[in-house]
Amino acid sequence: MTQLPGLLDTEALRKDFPILDRVVHDGRKLVYLDNAATSQTPRQVLDVISEYYEQHNANVHRGVHVLAEEATALYEGARDKVAEFINAPSRDEVIFTKNASESLNLVANMLGWADEPYRVDHETEIVITEMEHHSNIVPWQLLAQRTGAKLKWFGLTDDGRLDLSNIDEVITEKTKIVSFVLVSNILGTLNPVEAIVRRAQEVGALVCVDASQAAPHMPLDVQALQADFVAFTGHKMCGPTGIGVLWGRQELLEDLPPFLGGGEMIETVSMHSSTYAPAPHKFEAGTPPISQAIGLGAAIDYLNAIGMDKILAHEHALTEYAVKRLAEVPDLRIIGPTTAEDRGAAISFTLGDIHPHDVGQVLDEQGIAVRVGHHCARPVCLRYGIPATTRASFYLYSTPAEIDALVEGLEHVRNFFG
Amino acid sequence: MKLDSMYQEVILDHYKNPHGRGLRDGDAEVHHVNPTCGDEITLRVKYDGTTIEDVSYEGQGCSISQASASVLNELLVGKDLADAQKIQETFLELMQSKGRIEPDDAMEEVLEDAVAFAGVSKYPARVKCALLSWMAWKDATAQALGGAEAERKTA
Repeated sequence: MTQLPGLLDTEALRKDFPILDRVVHDGRKLVYLDNAATSQTPRQVLDVISEYYEQHNANVHRGVHVLAEEATALYEGARDKVAEFINAPSRDEVIFTKNASESLNLVANMLGWADEPYRVDHETEIVITEMEHHSNIVPWQLLAQRTGAKLKWFGLTDDGRLDLSNIDEVITEKTKIVSFVLVSNILGTLNPVEAIVRRAQEVGALVCVDASQAAPHMPLDVQALQADFVAFTGHKMCGPTGIGVLWGRQELLEDLPPFLGGGEMIETVSMHSSTYAPAPHKFEAGTPPISQAIGLGAAIDYLNAIGMDKILAHEHALTEYAVKRLAEVPDLRIIGPTTAEDRGAAISFTLGDIHPHDVGQVLDEQGIAVRVGHHCARPVCLRYGIPATTRASFYLYSTPAEIDALVEGLEHVRNFFG
Repeated sequence: MKLDSMYQEVILDHYKNPHGRGLRDGDAEVHHVNPTCGDEITLRVKYDGTTIEDVSYEGQGCSISQASASVLNELLVGKDLADAQKIQETFLELMQSKGRIEPDDAMEEVLEDAVAFAGVSKYPARVKCALLSWMAWKDATAQALGGAEAERKTA
């Protein structure tokens, strides 16, 4: 078996994930390489979620009975865990949403309804990049259409990096918000935060970072990033679906208006007007995803027990191995950085003229789960003149043997369509 | 092996050597996409009365979507509209069968090469690939022959 320096003890870790023992298609062992879409859930998280429903289930922040108090303590305890995990200065800066898309939409809507100096209107500009997930494109297109603001973006270089050569023309005095992805879900690129933040701060623009593909895979420190907002989602980091996070700087959350109105986000309500609860509750209208937040808290405990720096080292070693092995496959072209430097563990590629759907189908028959298509980042496919890609993405439980299985599987694909 | 039931030799042949590919003169043109996977087709129809004189197309996508367009061209060109509609409806029925229809002789007579797609109906994610060009043809026909009834349908 291939041994690489920096690998985690996957044999032990994989015992925490019952689903990884599944066999599919008449006895094929599952090789799960679709972790950028969603990660698998360890028993420790599943146990916490069942225990919540079996022992503590109640609505939060209301009611004086035992269960309501326990549920509230667990839900708010999860907020503490998230705050610590991302090194937030205050737990009140952590807003629970249903996913990263909702987090990004929330920022766009806060700014659309904001007063000066944050207000986005027809005299201002919004900046994104060409490698964004649709969830960090469409909310800004909507905001631009509704306010008349101009939407601008950074293009990409041929090797899958952001082209920042014209940064002073893209981010200008008119820019109100710069929103970009920390690690691309399709290219795998890790973006240079510092250069973008420095320029944004120069012109007084806010910075929003989509950390959906970073939070699960590396230490995330919102203070070090120096961003104003950071969004990510729970189900890509061993947590359940239905829970996302928006971190925002406290003074902004105090100043900016709410988006969704309803229960729990208010202070007082009359038939004429209402006043609002302080953040984060101001942005959490209605019954929140309680068990999901608690599940995310458990996922964070699980990741912390392993260590985010060790997870990063593991995935880096796997990525180095994967780009080396994939280079041996004839006609395979990696879309994105071709080395493991400044990149995450999601690797997109094309295989000759064989359409990714056909690649994915033949791999699936061998038990290998990859993602095919445009990965909700269609502009990237347009940029590189390809209809779609096949993407393999790794996580803390992935192994070199699974990469070997992928490479063998791709040989089979080539023979099948050859 | 299960996979061979999807990738029938007939399908792979049509994929590698497509019939009637390329855009030619037509009475109506439509562009359909499969948003989940990015398969695209631009398709034109040309009618002589109710006879299908030509179905021309250009597109990109997986072997299933491209082969299906090729089979459509082979089957429908030269047919009368009523016969073509019967073929389209039979193909739709087969593709929506979730693998439960085993094509009999009568169905095979109607569908010819298109019966090869029976195996695809077992793969929900791929049914839309197979139907893309057929939905585009239906849409283009409605536009060419009955503007008022033109219904936009994305496969």
